[in-house]
Amino acid sequence: MHDKPILHVVNLKKQYGPGCAVCSHNHEVALEKNRCPECGTVFACNDLSFDVYPGEILGVVGESGSGKSTMMKCLYFDEEVSSGEAYISCYEEGETNVFQESSQKLRHIRNTILGMVYQNPVLGLKMDFSSVGNIAEKMIAAGDRNVNRMENRSKVLLEHVHIPIARMKDEPKKFSGGMQQRVQIAKALSNHPPILLLDEVTTGLDLSVQASVLDLIKTIQQELGISMIVVSHDLAVIRMLADRTMVMLDGRIIEQGLTDQILENPQHAYTQQLVYSLI
Amino acid sequence: MKNKTHFALMDEGSKKEIRRATLKAVAIPGYQVPFASREMPIARGWGTGGLQLTLSIIGKEDVLKVIDQGADESVNAVNIKKLVHHTTGVETTTETEDATIIQSRHRIPEVPVTEKQIIVLQVPIPEPLRLVEPSEMKTKQLHGEKEYSGAWLMLFEQIMKYGKTATYADHPVFVHDRYVMAPSPIPRFDNIKMNDSKALILLGAGREKKIYAVPPYTKVTSLAFEDYAMEVESFAGKHCSLCHSTDVFLDELVNEETNVTYYQCNDTSNCLATLNEKEKVVEVGIGNA
Repeated sequence: MHDKPILHVVNLKKQYGPGCAVCSHNHEVALEKNRCPECGTVFACNDLSFDVYPGEILGVVGESGSGKSTMMKCLYFDEEVSSGEAYISCYEEGETNVFQESSQKLRHIRNTILGMVYQNPVLGLKMDFSSVGNIAEKMIAAGDRNVNRMENRSKVLLEHVHIPIARMKDEPKKFSGGMQQRVQIAKALSNHPPILLLDEVTTGLDLSVQASVLDLIKTIQQELGISMIVVSHDLAVIRMLADRTMVMLDGRIIEQGLTDQILENPQHAYTQQLVYSLI
Repeated sequence: MKNKTHFALMDEGSKKEIRRATLKAVAIPGYQVPFASREMPIARGWGTGGLQLTLSIIGKEDVLKVIDQGADESVNAVNIKKLVHHTTGVETTTETEDATIIQSRHRIPEVPVTEKQIIVLQVPIPEPLRLVEPSEMKTKQLHGEKEYSGAWLMLFEQIMKYGKTATYADHPVFVHDRYVMAPSPIPRFDNIKMNDSKALILLGAGREKKIYAVPPYTKVTSLAFEDYAMEVESFAGKHCSLCHSTDVFLDELVNEETNVTYYQCNDTSNCLATLNEKEKVVEVGIGNA
């Protein structure tokens, strides 16, 4: 990989609480899992550093509470980071730390460079608005003011995620969980984002729907060459999708490398436990 | 009722506070300024925002006109007029030309307003983004960041559902290319009158505790997509059954005995003026004969 990373993250930190003399200096010793026993501050993401390269899928695994979703929310600017830097190669030549940008600029980055699919469709969709409206919302936010163009693009996307055009004016609340997830994916893709963030997209879906959603993600990556970060606690999903994987525990990255390597030859005790607990 | 109450009902401190909010609103066209909405002798939702604006700006020289959905004689309009008259002693009128302050619910008069007049509009829901975003904290942020996708999305949804934008009233407007504003539930027919208006337009929401304004000669444009223009209500081929005007906003009525639909001017004082004008022409005609 000699390419420049499309997303370069350095020491992303997200803490809930003020921090104290004990936990601010020596994390390793002081923390109980990710919590400081002195002041109760929780370090949800603790100095995360990683790169995502153009066209690759980076998998993120870890138990619940390990900071996966918080990391995704920070990357999509839903949550403000406590400290850290992130550089996006297609935003201002990758020279600007996007975490320092104004909320107006963050909104612009969200609407033009990033796409997000939440675990819970309620977070990513307006359940009372039509599906086509939900998809158009992102295009409107990016400045499109042409109804026909947006409607046509929405139709193409809905077809792409296998939702019948006849149902495009239905509200997502009338859809099954799998369909809602696919509408979310269509919405996330609407502005051709170079980076797609997928947070537990298949969790809670039945196996056949899971398979079709995974298939869809793989196709999108191959056809459109979009870089993705895929969060899952399901190793099977990670094995199928991710080129590289990082393992998180208590807000830290404990291991990262090629997916096969991590699954076949885990180094960290927790990763070993995780891999061997596969049924 | 003896005229012993404070001039214009409210104490000076209250009036000053409302005037300060009003000045701020005029300085930032379309921005909703919070104010401490007072208890009024009418219920919230019945025009308390407009009434407080009127009471705080009215002076002894002013002449007041109050209209309710275009009508001067409706109960609400008459009672507000009486209340202001009793507490200030100012003259009231039904003639748009004679008024210096025009408090209105849901209409801007047909007669063009002038630089010497102030229009006070009563507003039920001042937040144009409220339907898509229930949180006040968030809508304030959205206004701050000029992020109006929500307002556009509502129009987009209407086009998807009905093939056109279906706001019957309160079609959102851009003020001075900065703030998206709810023009109060005036028909789209009146949105156009807000653009470059000669009169100062003040909008007051008593229940929601907000004041906002469109200063004279300010650019006001209705939100519209490139390929779907905002359409004004059309009354082509229809006319007022009383005065036969065609270029005014008409109400649709049904004769309950014959079941025939007919139309009538919504602006009653304008209708009356037109009728009087015709009467004169006829009288002059008879006099000459």
